[in-house]
Amino acid sequence: MLLNGLAGFEPMKRYSAFAIAREALSGHKNWERAWRNAQPKRRYDVVIVGAGGHGLATAYYLGKNFGITNVAVIEKGWLGGGNTGRNTTIIRSNYLQDPSAAIYEKARALYETLSQDLNYNVMFSPRGVMMLAQTEHEVRGYQRTAHANALQGVETRFITPREVKEIVPIINLDGPRYPVLGALWQERAGTARHDAVAWGYARACSAMGMDIIQKCEVIGVRQEGGRVTGVQTTKGDIACEKLGIVVAGHSGDLAAMAGFRLPLESVPLQALVSEPIKPIMDCVVMANTVHGYMSQSDKGEMVIGGGTDGYNAYTQRGSFHHIEETVRALIETFPMVSRLKMLRQWGGIVDVTGDRSPILSKTPLEGCFINAGWGTGGFKAIPGSGWGFAELMARGHSPLCEEFSMWRFGEGKFIDESLAAGVAH
Amino acid sequence: MLTFQCPYCGVQADETELHAGGEAHLTRHGPGSSDKDFEAYLFMRQNPKGVHFERWRHVNGCGKWFHAARCTMTLEVFGAYPAQTTEPPKRILDVITSKRPGWTWRELS
Ligand SMILES: Cc1cc2nc3c(=O)[nH]c(=O)nc-3n(C[C@H](O)[C@H](O)[C@H](O)COP(=O)(O)OP(=O)(O)OC[C@H]3O[C@@H](n4cnc5c(N)ncnc54)[C@H](O)[C@@H]3O)c2cc1C
Ligand SMILES: [Zn+2]
Repeated sequence: MLLNGLAGFEPMKRYSAFAIAREALSGHKNWERAWRNAQPKRRYDVVIVGAGGHGLATAYYLGKNFGITNVAVIEKGWLGGGNTGRNTTIIRSNYLQDPSAAIYEKARALYETLSQDLNYNVMFSPRGVMMLAQTEHEVRGYQRTAHANALQGVETRFITPREVKEIVPIINLDGPRYPVLGALWQERAGTARHDAVAWGYARACSAMGMDIIQKCEVIGVRQEGGRVTGVQTTKGDIACEKLGIVVAGHSGDLAAMAGFRLPLESVPLQALVSEPIKPIMDCVVMANTVHGYMSQSDKGEMVIGGGTDGYNAYTQRGSFHHIEETVRALIETFPMVSRLKMLRQWGGIVDVTGDRSPILSKTPLEGCFINAGWGTGGFKAIPGSGWGFAELMARGHSPLCEEFSMWRFGEGKFIDESLAAGVAH
Repeated sequence: MLTFQCPYCGVQADETELHAGGEAHLTRHGPGSSDKDFEAYLFMRQNPKGVHFERWRHVNGCGKWFHAARCTMTLEVFGAYPAQTTEPPKRILDVITSKRPGWTWRELS
């Protein structure tokens, strides 16, 4: 067996029922590492900054769809330790605008077969996502979305309060402040295991010979004559032909290193989970008017999230009164929540754009590309974003990314998703 | 929890009493300005890691808008000052310099 860090690599052994039996014979002590812990080479064809879901998926599709495997993914912490490992894992594609529907639906569809594709169980669970309409305004908004989705070929439906109650018996429909007037229901939406998505892509990238370099922070971007030539890192300089910046809340920072500015701001977004309880809710429910949403994890914990903090911060913590508001809001709609003990709370730093849509774009620096602005809702988009962004980096254009240019704000070509993304998810 | 002393009514207000209003000292470019200036005014924010100047409103108090200087990495507050100014007062700048030598922000116009 080759040792970690050698130039060569051996193809990974496949995971299977047979493999479990085989490894059981040696007490599960000899499972091989899921990915090599690589040290940087001096140059690569492509360097991706950020080993979150979007960075890793980009690397994976660069290899799989375009045969580009001389790739490094550089991560300042540990892979999946950013927002990818902190999110509440809602996957849906019921957005309003056509470009959003295209990329989110591409992602949702790829999620359906991702476990087989990666040979890694990402636990995609199409359990259904319900977005409650609790004001007249929301009813009209979601009906409009349902019509738009029908035209886009995304299967969603506006359902009545009675149907809501049938699907979610623990819900209180009557208010008093915010009665449930209906809901936008996407049956094929759901959740997946966040860490597994990052790990599955990482393992597949490593198997293609790519280097995933952890604990290595990018501290500068090198350029010559308007073209990117590499990055400076805490493990030395690394040269590259093309650079992909995929660092979520730190996008402003990396853009500054590359010499341009981005129309986005970084704010904390929090989530919390309760003690584990018996199964009570088998879909995801979002209540955007009161800024709260909830699902139940496989372990039985209620997973709860709310809105972002109102001001810029990089603390990965968030303010306490915000989660208090979230829980207080949910109690009216789910009275049983008031009896739950909360176990853990955490935060991530999300990068929010003016139109609540992402940026997948070339940049003023030639050879440098940016994938950012996923804000509160990019987990669901990981496979589609990686697919499109890899195409953009390999070919210089991609139909999926076309409308998400960083220059759209100056041109007034917004992709307004303020209703669809009104609350964090 | 983030707290600021309101420069108008003197109350030490925590963030539940306040409303965050985003970056301070923006020049309001409007009709007649260049496309670039207008875009920058609407969308391009400093989003710094470190020292930042912001607008805050003492919404559940005296109701007035004020300015404050704060660190986005640690949430340390350097001070608050009335909004009727185009740049931070020297007193605030001195506090920042003593705590974050070598700090920078965008040029004030
Ligand atoms: C609490 C919370 C709940 C959420 N819930 C949902 C949800 O239910 N559904 C949904 O679709 N989305 C949700 N999101 C949003 C989602 O998590 C993000 O949009 C998505 O994970 C972004 O993935 P990414 O790969 O772009 O970023 P990240 O996973 O954050 O990865 C970026 C990586 O870049 C690294 N990095 C940064 N700077 C540097 C540097 N200088 N050098 C090297 N590496 C660097 C970071 O360490 C990080 O690992 C939620 C987010 C949060 C915080
Ligand atoms: Zn006051």
